[in-house]
Amino acid sequence: MADQQTLAPAQTGTIENAIDYLKQKYPDAVKDDTRQGYSGIVVDRTHLVDVATTMRDELGFDYLSSATGVDYLGIEDSMEMVYHAYRTSGGSALCFKAQTPRENASVPSLIDICPGADFQEREAYDLYGISFPGHPNQKRILLWEGFDGHPMRKDWHEAYFEQDQKPFDSRWPKGYVRRAEELNAYGKNVKYPADLDLSRLSDTSEESVYSGMGLGVDVEDLTDEGGLKTDKLVVNLGPHHPSTHGVFRMVVTLNGETIDNLEPVMGYLHRNHEKIGERNAWLHNMPFTDRLDYISSMSNNLGYALAVEKLLSAGARYQPPTYRAEVIRVLMVELTRIVNHYWAIGFLLNDLGAFFTPALYAIAEREKILDFFEATAGSRMMCNYMRFQGVAKDLPERIRGVANLVNDKVRDFNTMDYLTELINDRIPRSIDELDNFLTGSEIVRTRTIGVGYLPKEMAIAYSAAGPLLRASGVPYDVRRADPYSIYPELDFDVAVRQNGDIYDRYLIRLDEMRESVRILKQILPRLEQTHGESVFSGNKSIYMPRIGLGEAYGRVENPKGELGYYVVSQGDPKGPQNPWRYHVRAPSFINLTPLGQMCKGHKVADVVAILGSIDIVLGETDR
Amino acid sequence: MYGMGILKGLGVTLKHFVNTYVDDLKYAGKKAGLTQFEARQGLRAEGVYSVQYPDEKLAVPERFRFVPFLVIEDLDNPDRPGHDWCTSCGICAKVCPPQCIWIVRGEDPATGRPIPEPQAFFIDIDICMNCGLCAEFCPFDAIKMDHDYELASYDRTQNHIFDKDHLSKPFSYWKTIAPTTATEEAEARGGWEHPDVIKERKKAEKAAAAAPPRPAPAAAPVAAAPAAVPTGQEAATNPAAAAEGANNAATARAEVTTQPPVSPTDVPAVTDAEAAKAERMRKREEALARKHAKEQGKE
Repeated sequence: MADQQTLAPAQTGTIENAIDYLKQKYPDAVKDDTRQGYSGIVVDRTHLVDVATTMRDELGFDYLSSATGVDYLGIEDSMEMVYHAYRTSGGSALCFKAQTPRENASVPSLIDICPGADFQEREAYDLYGISFPGHPNQKRILLWEGFDGHPMRKDWHEAYFEQDQKPFDSRWPKGYVRRAEELNAYGKNVKYPADLDLSRLSDTSEESVYSGMGLGVDVEDLTDEGGLKTDKLVVNLGPHHPSTHGVFRMVVTLNGETIDNLEPVMGYLHRNHEKIGERNAWLHNMPFTDRLDYISSMSNNLGYALAVEKLLSAGARYQPPTYRAEVIRVLMVELTRIVNHYWAIGFLLNDLGAFFTPALYAIAEREKILDFFEATAGSRMMCNYMRFQGVAKDLPERIRGVANLVNDKVRDFNTMDYLTELINDRIPRSIDELDNFLTGSEIVRTRTIGVGYLPKEMAIAYSAAGPLLRASGVPYDVRRADPYSIYPELDFDVAVRQNGDIYDRYLIRLDEMRESVRILKQILPRLEQTHGESVFSGNKSIYMPRIGLGEAYGRVENPKGELGYYVVSQGDPKGPQNPWRYHVRAPSFINLTPLGQMCKGHKVADVVAILGSIDIVLGETDR
Repeated sequence: MYGMGILKGLGVTLKHFVNTYVDDLKYAGKKAGLTQFEARQGLRAEGVYSVQYPDEKLAVPERFRFVPFLVIEDLDNPDRPGHDWCTSCGICAKVCPPQCIWIVRGEDPATGRPIPEPQAFFIDIDICMNCGLCAEFCPFDAIKMDHDYELASYDRTQNHIFDKDHLSKPFSYWKTIAPTTATEEAEARGGWEHPDVIKERKKAEKAAAAAPPRPAPAAAPVAAAPAAVPTGQEAATNPAAAAEGANNAATARAEVTTQPPVSPTDVPAVTDAEAAKAERMRKREEALARKHAKEQGKE
């Protein structure tokens, strides 16, 4: 016992303490990651499960945030699983990696220690072909089973493959145009794996539909408590269904009207965002991040900018963003949070059956903020506003339309007046109105209280993030736990609710909107003070920055949860123009992991509400 | 009491319903759909404020960005009417995230050496993601984001690759759709003209300033003299202009007038009519001087 006490550091020790402890305990299995620009530890894959268990139980790293593969073809000729674990009490990441050869790649599954690794490991299997012994349900998640190969491997080329990295040579100086469709690397543009039975594709019987999901079609005979013989029924909710907020499918096994089992099926909107990201140059990715969670593009931008700035900051010529740039960033991000929660609450009510009245009230309010985004960034939703070391442009002096169109001449507001009135008056008023409108409504309360319960321990284990986590009583908010930008100097509270049901997830969004307004009220004087200062540090005209070797994980508290970007800069020793790896830890995707657990035992109609309370956007789920 | 929450909620709905028609009543006597439309787009709008597109349209803000266009000189430009601003440097093609820009660099047919104008320029608008990076990073302000968002067509295979003719729009168009931005950019460039023209002009001025001590051909003083005069003129007119500008508290603009030549021909920039006229005269004389200088250079 005494021996253990000397060994085990307090659960609040620093990352270095934790690493030392692990090295001491597993001298053969744990090594420092000594590559240039890398941090954390490399764990021998045979000991991965032990090390992860120690980390969780003895060191307090209970929250596995991100797990992703990297293919180092041509550099180390190996593959790697990269994990980022956190303490829910706060602090930065303990990053650990497990290496595996490219042939027959396999890494033991961590699903028993962190069930939140479930979807992420399936994704790594799908995109990298790394197998996870111990995973009970290892099959493709984003792609379908008729897909040939594992697209994120460096030697895999897409149908319209032109060149490994942008900018493509064919564009300039001899840019003789052709349409993208004329380029067709596969001939017929589709390639099937050799062992796929193509006749299955034309099979319209239900058997193939369900066996594709690993569900037997045999209708099981059941006898309920009363001795009545009942059948189980498999029902597909989606992919085309208004309740799924996009193209998303839930395969539910019903016993009567009660959910026995629910399995989410996704990937209908998959476009291999990460592969595109590796072809792109660093800056090219910025507008692509808008298309992830397209409701909150501003905060997607910020997450990516932070990740790349971490890499940049290792360089000598790096200048951090100016204070005004940081102020504007926080302004945009908090407005985005309000935009997103209007949307989430509006559509939750839609899912409950209050068809479109609450949603439209919320969307109408959101419109005023989008007007400001449009005047500042040039677009209402695809903002593309943040840059490395700053933001694209300062706020305009006035918000107005250009009067070259019909019937609109008056919309001309001083930006600061507009913002002041928006933040001090319009938004708080509309939040109160939503509160009056919905919170007390008996229908809302009956439908939501006690439904979709997610206990605290499970929320952490399943790596739930954002409102989903905080509504289950975990006061974890990246803005406080691992602060970035100017959040440390701002006064706000982390909203937290204890009950973990749909109603609390609704309430917590109202709370967060109020907290955002509180932050925004502190931002206004800062905007006034910094008026006229530069919003960009460094040379703005550099469009193809070379970024030093290394890795970085940048994360922000997105409205939907923790959004993380894992970027690796490798290859060209001068500093590559393109990311070697660009991974998005998408909150909408990982928050779906506990969906099946939350739905068990509820009725079909509740599934729709539970999904609505998670608040997913398929652009981000499927990437 | 059970049901109070629902009643309260219905009260909110009723309020929204009533508010939707309050404006109608307020503006009923004035018969002005226009005023009502505009009032409803502000922050004090209540009730329903949807816009009946396409009968009604919201004016887009200056920074609004849709598929880019290429800036060319105005057709009535005295020096180089319809000339491309683009120098085919290829930065836009490189910075374009989806790689939808295709440029054939111009070449001198005789020597095969590149010349600073594009031989061909294409944008595939199906691929363009309207991110605006091309416009942001163009060092010549030659590619700009447009405001025209109604681009639907009946045949995507034929109509969606825009060529140079389709893309080109005169500089005056840019000044109409983005007056503030255009002014800011002109300030940064140091004049309303293309950066190359400004550079040449500055070079000419420098040369003119350095010319007198040098023994020159007979025609040279004639060429140099008009170029030299406006600098003197400017010195005379500018303090006055600056003083007036200060009265208007348009400090940003006043700064510009103290900077090297900005000639605000038919632009909303603040300068009084006299100064503008002087600037126009000076510009014309300068152009003449440059022309002479060029001709002599050839001889």
